[in-house]
Amino acid sequence: MKTNRYERMFERLQLKKEGAFIPFVVLGDPDIETSLAMVGTLVEGGADALELGIPFANAMADGPTIQRASFRALSGGVTPAHCWELCKRIRQNHPELPMGLLLYANLLIHRGVKRFYAEAAGVGVDSILVADIPIGAAGPFIEAAGEEGVLPVFVVPPNIEEEVLAEVARHGRGYTYVLGRSGVTGVERAMQAPLPQCFEALRVAGAAPAIVGFGISTPEHIRAVLAAGAAGAIAGSAVVALVERHLGDKAAMREALAAFVRQMKAATRL
Amino acid sequence: MVFPTQAEVLNIKEGAFGPFGGMFVPEILVPTLKSLARAFEEAQTDVSFQREFETLLKEYAGRKTPLYRCRNLAAGTKATIYLKREDLLHGGAHKTNQVLGQALLARRMGKTRLIAETGAGQHGVATALVGALFKMETCIYMGETDMKRQALNVFRMRLMGAEVVPVAGGSGTLKDAVNEALRDWSQSYPNTHYLLGTAAGPHPFPTMVREFQRVIGREAKAQILEREGRLPDIAMACVGGGSNAIGLFAEFIEEEGVQLIGIEPAGHGLHTGKHGATLQKGRPGILHGTYSYVLQDEHGQVAESHSISAGLDYPGVGPQHAHLYASGRAEYVGIKDNEALEAFQRLSREEGIIPALESAHAIAHALKLAKAATKPQLFLVGLSGRGDKDVEHVMQQLSLGEHTT
Repeated sequence: MKTNRYERMFERLQLKKEGAFIPFVVLGDPDIETSLAMVGTLVEGGADALELGIPFANAMADGPTIQRASFRALSGGVTPAHCWELCKRIRQNHPELPMGLLLYANLLIHRGVKRFYAEAAGVGVDSILVADIPIGAAGPFIEAAGEEGVLPVFVVPPNIEEEVLAEVARHGRGYTYVLGRSGVTGVERAMQAPLPQCFEALRVAGAAPAIVGFGISTPEHIRAVLAAGAAGAIAGSAVVALVERHLGDKAAMREALAAFVRQMKAATRL
Repeated sequence: MVFPTQAEVLNIKEGAFGPFGGMFVPEILVPTLKSLARAFEEAQTDVSFQREFETLLKEYAGRKTPLYRCRNLAAGTKATIYLKREDLLHGGAHKTNQVLGQALLARRMGKTRLIAETGAGQHGVATALVGALFKMETCIYMGETDMKRQALNVFRMRLMGAEVVPVAGGSGTLKDAVNEALRDWSQSYPNTHYLLGTAAGPHPFPTMVREFQRVIGREAKAQILEREGRLPDIAMACVGGGSNAIGLFAEFIEEEGVQLIGIEPAGHGLHTGKHGATLQKGRPGILHGTYSYVLQDEHGQVAESHSISAGLDYPGVGPQHAHLYASGRAEYVGIKDNEALEAFQRLSREEGIIPALESAHAIAHALKLAKAATKPQLFLVGLSGRGDKDVEHVMQQLSLGEHTT
């Protein structure tokens, strides 16, 4: 069976005894060209994979930082078509980098679920996490993703029921998104490293490798989740906040992102 | 039947209305919604719960509300218009019915805190009222723009002990307030109940809100049978999210002889883009946890709605209305801002009843149909709320009109 980019990434990291560090940014924030340049900076700085958001004005799982990023992109006129173009260029620049999308259901529904997955696969997207499609409602999405060759990623929140976790393990591909805490994205409240039992339960159930997100902003957070048994960590709001802080000065933005990703990546080396 | 795009086949298992409905929320909210659905089902067959709900509806809210036959409004036409007077309910609108039901349910589930969204402030006031009654901490999310427009309602909520939190995101209106309430809930669910204000949102809200509002239709049906010895030819009500309409319709959906009409806000006109006619001009999509019709742009971004009436100013609609629309069981029409304003004045002058601007949309359509009636017809119109809250706004609108015309 052909392996996917996530599997190859986890294999490489395992040989080097490293966890994965995955930064998240909103596509087109603050504008299309800066967004592309900053993704380049993140990858050069050591990002093992990318998690990318398609701007959406009704982001009910996102806190204020990522909401503002969406608004910056949307008020700059960024559309899903622009996002496809960006993905295509990121894929050209980084042929082997795992690239996931995090987005909201209405964007898929509007385009047509099957067509959306086909377009994503066509521009080199590896995985899609739909923030407002829980596993219990995901049947048609899993099917369409499978047909079009996109890996469906699902979320494991701290309050998950055992049989729901089993479903996530059965259907999730690429990686499993384990929430560092309840609530919405943001660094206002720090993550709490999920208990080792959670990662053990996922392993036993045969789930894709666990990556922790929500409230991750420091190297200590990364070390804590890796020590608990995660395969890596995602930082979103912390990255987006750096973009926001340096909106007027792209050189400073690049420098801040490069320093942040280097520091976070260094913490993944066990 | 206009059906802009094919509904997606989403195989909805729980809370389905035809192809619509469901529970499309982040995974973290699923256990909470499932236990809410279970608690609601148990309460539906629990005699003591039902007895307490009925007692509160009677003693606290002032049910049952009258069914009033208009003496003057339909004069010179062949129509007889009956108004179901939810405007006489405590709180001034039908909202009080369902906040009592949900607050009882919240208490039953051991929750100590209520959160709610509000647009114009009516649902916020209703939630604040049950928060005071049940001694629960109450937090109302309200768009910044709306807080400025509805300062009096903000004061009412605070007077009853609720905290009102401004929402800055988005356009600072109702849909942003719903987002913020959902964000709060995704962290506060252990001790908090989200008291959603309409028959939309994820399962079980559309079913639960309908059942707590069903009393409108149940009373109206018995009252009109007693008065006229027959069912109405048409039952009609205004539709924003759709709670008062679904409450009225619920008892008539199975009565094939009764035509059902929902009146959507056509704002400046259905072709202007400035309206809230979600069913007539939207397309199937997912907003706030339910698959229904959504006003959206060509990229799938949720659009801003517009209506003179804040209570109808919402780019989504309850999934059961989507099903009633798509299946053809109910018809949905639009009434423009100026038509609603005119009906607002007509009912005030003709009957001495000042309706809410929301309800004035239903009155306006009833008047149109009455004028066109060629044989005796019996109309049942949901008068969902009273107009005190709108008087200042209407006064401004009318003086504006005098200057521009």
